[in-house]
Amino acid sequence: MSATLTQILEKGYARPEALVTTEWLAERLDDPSIRIVESNEDPLLYVQGHIRNAVEIDWVRDLNDPLRRDYLDAAGFQALLRRIGATSETIFVFYGDKNNWWATYAAWVFHLFGHTNVRIVDGGRLKWVKEGRELTKEVPTFAPTDYVAQPRNDERFRAYRDDVLRHLNAGNKLIDVRSPEEFNGTRLHMENYPNEGALRGGHIPGAKSVPWAKAVNPEDGTFLSADSLKALYEETAGLESTDDVVVYCRIGERSSHTWFVLRYLLGYENVRNYDGSWTEWGNSVGLPIEK
Amino acid sequence: MKPAKLQAVLEDLSVLERTERIEYLIALGEEYRNFSPEEVPRDATCRVPGCESEVYLGVSPLGEGLRLKFAVDNPQGISAMALATILDNSLSGEPLSQVSEISEDLIYDIFGRDLSMGKSMGLSGMVRMARDSARYGKPLAS
Repeated sequence: MSATLTQILEKGYARPEALVTTEWLAERLDDPSIRIVESNEDPLLYVQGHIRNAVEIDWVRDLNDPLRRDYLDAAGFQALLRRIGATSETIFVFYGDKNNWWATYAAWVFHLFGHTNVRIVDGGRLKWVKEGRELTKEVPTFAPTDYVAQPRNDERFRAYRDDVLRHLNAGNKLIDVRSPEEFNGTRLHMENYPNEGALRGGHIPGAKSVPWAKAVNPEDGTFLSADSLKALYEETAGLESTDDVVVYCRIGERSSHTWFVLRYLLGYENVRNYDGSWTEWGNSVGLPIEK
Repeated sequence: MKPAKLQAVLEDLSVLERTERIEYLIALGEEYRNFSPEEVPRDATCRVPGCESEVYLGVSPLGEGLRLKFAVDNPQGISAMALATILDNSLSGEPLSQVSEISEDLIYDIFGRDLSMGKSMGLSGMVRMARDSARYGKPLAS
């Protein structure tokens, strides 16, 4: 067994195959079966330097519908994957800044199209850079493919407002990954960002507060061990691995990180991300709110 | 009225395509040199609120206004470094009456609209702190 695989296995995750180390990736930069994808919050970082052979997927331009509040459709996903030279067999290896926040968001969107053959680089860009590994400005080009996208299927991994209402009324569990100030309703929106604000503050009744970044080691961006994650989500927030869980934040990006943690690192089968999140719930008429 | 140097930077940026704009900003970010703690104290008074890149602002008299010294302690904070360079180059020494009227919305003129909320908060916090320091003559977190 390779040392890099052992590093992941030692952390005790339910689905360790979803995570790779920086060492693993460094040994496979030219592997044609994988496509390395960088997804960042900071739009300058990829251009400034990225892992060799990594393509960029931008969360705004590549994954969101430019007009409606929704993700790209099957035609858009197909065009994207053709452009980056992917096939249905391609293994996507995502990494990025901000503790892989945007990498997991991109991975979650890929799941909506049934492309679940994804990996996340433990520690993401931060760990790669801290280890002094090579970055390049050279943008790779891959021969376009004839990838055919499946229709988007939101049912399994995405929750809409009415799904959340039914979930709530059935007594199922929710995790709110926003900051404590947002959870408590003392902050309606981030200053100078009213587009992501809400008319009402608080949280969905019954939701437990577990800010998303608690799942990572801040010094290198790696995920906590399974035992530490269980302490966070199960002992503190009361989840059980058999639970039907909905996670949410403000627009569904931070919560995709927690979705990845629960689904892959702790092995929860039934986790959905409510991307309408607080910008929808806190602005909707008549929905229940708790403070 | 915007300070003339700032207006010139914004006009330069307005004609660039997205990729050109990013390369321009990266060049500015790579030109940035950080300030020591002796030059810019790393304390709560000087810290830019909402900026995850750990940015601090120190000021000193210069010309008709202030020298704006942004210390960026995150080596990955390339956007913060680019903005620090722009604000220093275009606002330092300019009349306080002009600097005190700048709007934090100028970050969208500089970086475009594709900024996440968190990134927007941090960068607009830098502009706001520069503006408010011009109003009160000292680093002042809004």
